[in-house]
Amino acid sequence: MPTMNMLQAINNALDIAMAEDEKVLCFGEDVGGFGGVFRATSHLQERYGKARCFNTPLVEQGIIGFANGLAAQGSVPVAEIQFADYIFPAFDQIVNETAKFRYRSGDLFNVGGLTIRAPYGGGISGGHYHSQSPEAYFAHTPGLKIVVPRNPYEAKGLLLAAIRDPDPVLFFEPKRLYRASTGEVPEEDYQLPLGEAEVTKEGGDVTLVGWGAQMEVIDKAVELAEKEGISCEVIDLRSILPWDADTVAESVLKTGRLVVTHEAPLTGGFAGEIAATIQERCFLYLESPIMRVTGLDTPFPLTLEKEYLPDHLKVFEAIRESVNY
Amino acid sequence: MTTTRDIHAPEFLAGDEFSIPTYRVLSQEGTLHEGAEAPTLDRDQARAIYRAMIATRVLDERMMAAQRQGRLSFYMQCTGEEAAVIGATAALDDADMIMAQYREQGALVYRGFSFDEFMNQLFGNELDYGKGRQMPIHYGSRKLHYMTISSPLATQIPQAAGYAYGQKLAGEGLCTLVFFGEGAASEGDFHAALNMAAVHEVPVIFFCRNNGYAISTPAIEQFAADGVAPRAFGYRMHVIRVDGNDILAVHRATQEARRIAVEHNKPVLIEAMTYRLAAHSSSDDPSGYRSRKEEEAWREKDPILRMQRWMNAQGWWDDDEEKTLQEQLRREVLDTMKRAEKRPPPALDTLVSDVYAEVTPALQQQLDALKAHIRRHPDAYPRGARFLDPEVSRPDANDEGES
Repeated sequence: MPTMNMLQAINNALDIAMAEDEKVLCFGEDVGGFGGVFRATSHLQERYGKARCFNTPLVEQGIIGFANGLAAQGSVPVAEIQFADYIFPAFDQIVNETAKFRYRSGDLFNVGGLTIRAPYGGGISGGHYHSQSPEAYFAHTPGLKIVVPRNPYEAKGLLLAAIRDPDPVLFFEPKRLYRASTGEVPEEDYQLPLGEAEVTKEGGDVTLVGWGAQMEVIDKAVELAEKEGISCEVIDLRSILPWDADTVAESVLKTGRLVVTHEAPLTGGFAGEIAATIQERCFLYLESPIMRVTGLDTPFPLTLEKEYLPDHLKVFEAIRESVNY
Repeated sequence: MTTTRDIHAPEFLAGDEFSIPTYRVLSQEGTLHEGAEAPTLDRDQARAIYRAMIATRVLDERMMAAQRQGRLSFYMQCTGEEAAVIGATAALDDADMIMAQYREQGALVYRGFSFDEFMNQLFGNELDYGKGRQMPIHYGSRKLHYMTISSPLATQIPQAAGYAYGQKLAGEGLCTLVFFGEGAASEGDFHAALNMAAVHEVPVIFFCRNNGYAISTPAIEQFAADGVAPRAFGYRMHVIRVDGNDILAVHRATQEARRIAVEHNKPVLIEAMTYRLAAHSSSDDPSGYRSRKEEEAWREKDPILRMQRWMNAQGWWDDDEEKTLQEQLRREVLDTMKRAEKRPPPALDTLVSDVYAEVTPALQQQLDALKAHIRRHPDAYPRGARFLDPEVSRPDANDEGES
């Protein structure tokens, strides 16, 4: 089985999708001949022509508006927003149009073919505008699906599922892992399920929940915790919307403790939603308060990025605190 | 690509070097302007257009009255803009996509949307294709290639560019026509759309209904330029300004625009100069921002009156036919309205369907909890309580649906 980094896995998924279905189109800023600023769309224009893989003018609301129209027409657009930080000009198109297309027309029309790819997250010295994790804004919008992969294998399988899913999907890619994360990835076509979390490690004392780049941080924290004899169960949520509350609740009913972590700020972050749901479902089984390890309630910083980020030490401390409560 | 010549003194341009003319064929008296080409409309199509204009006018008058009587929550009229909307629609292939803003019901009338279909949407009953989810006038029809209306302004414009790009790739020789007002043309989505359409050579017709007002804001406070048309040059796009109350000019201009779009894969901008004779909506009162005198002046330019004079002169229409048609349409509006009013609302289950292709388990739980709550308080939720168990109590709602 070949080894790929996350970009190669994403590129491979796009290649498979475009080869399989001529209705699949990839476009966005610098996506064409250049292959994207991160090279996720490398060689796709060469292989499938300029009509199917192309640059767009620099206008995010236009890219998503155009993509909505294409999807409504029956095409399968995979639109790239160069950085998730720049998705906001398209917020109206995504929240008021993409998300409501099927509902408002009574299913006469839909944009289920649409996938929006956007690199998100910190750890690359990107400051305010190349670091944000905007998933919570979109998680408040029924009609969207939100997916975040943690490694190359997951990225390929989830992206192929997202492209073929009958609903529009926001696919947030952890750019810190684009080249840093490598692993074995089957060359052939495969899909991983949307809306299903994965228990990546079983344990009995405490449940850890995260997604995307934060899974690597959790793994490091768990290593420290296990050295102290704390048995951790680790869950990669994979889909933020709809999210798999059953898998998380089942785990917490067993462990009685939950730590949720994400890079985005604390207030209004998706960890709050998870905490609220789990306390409803597991109230009498909880041994300690549900803990959240997140970014601070500040804009994403630059020089103090390391201090800001919810790193493995912060997660480790939360585990200890949860267990010793 | 930029093509330029060098100058060696700081000479600024203001855009006034070029003025955009207005294409007119039919005078208000119903005769052709001198030098105007003979119209391409034949008798049958002219009659179909005229009947659709009258039907739209009658529907609007009756439904606004119904709104005033409290039978309907909200309404918007096409009044004064029937020639712009229906003339453009008639110039298209029936399979071309139309993406409208909200005031273009005339396009649907022309394509054969029945009064029953209008009424079901207006009353949000169980036969409404949109399942009672949107305010009145948010029509949509897949079979008539008319995209369901969405309230946010201008969002449909870049969508039209994308839709038309898909049509181009499909190679079926079809295009998309997108309607919007001169106010919506100030939105970022308008500029994004025109630029993308020009860059990607998309067969789309951008049809601006410049009706003088965005609710109360007059066009003069909307833009400093000479209307919307000059913007086309900034995107290197074909453009024409047309008298929007002149059915022959609108039809001919749109025919040509369609030819450019479909044969050459080039977008076209049409600016139709017209006037919103009615209020913005049932919630608006124009007397607060414009004079009766101004309205009267435009009433003189009524597009229906103008076409009627021309039709009569052609011998294609007469007063008897007019009277019969008007009476028949009025009766039909009342009958269909009564039918639609009596129909029950959509089943409670439609609250959660179509959010996703399949109802998610979480959403099903929310629905089940809601049903249990309504069962405890049926009198507090009389509409929803009627159809808690749709499979048992709901009549066949799909007998007139789109398939």
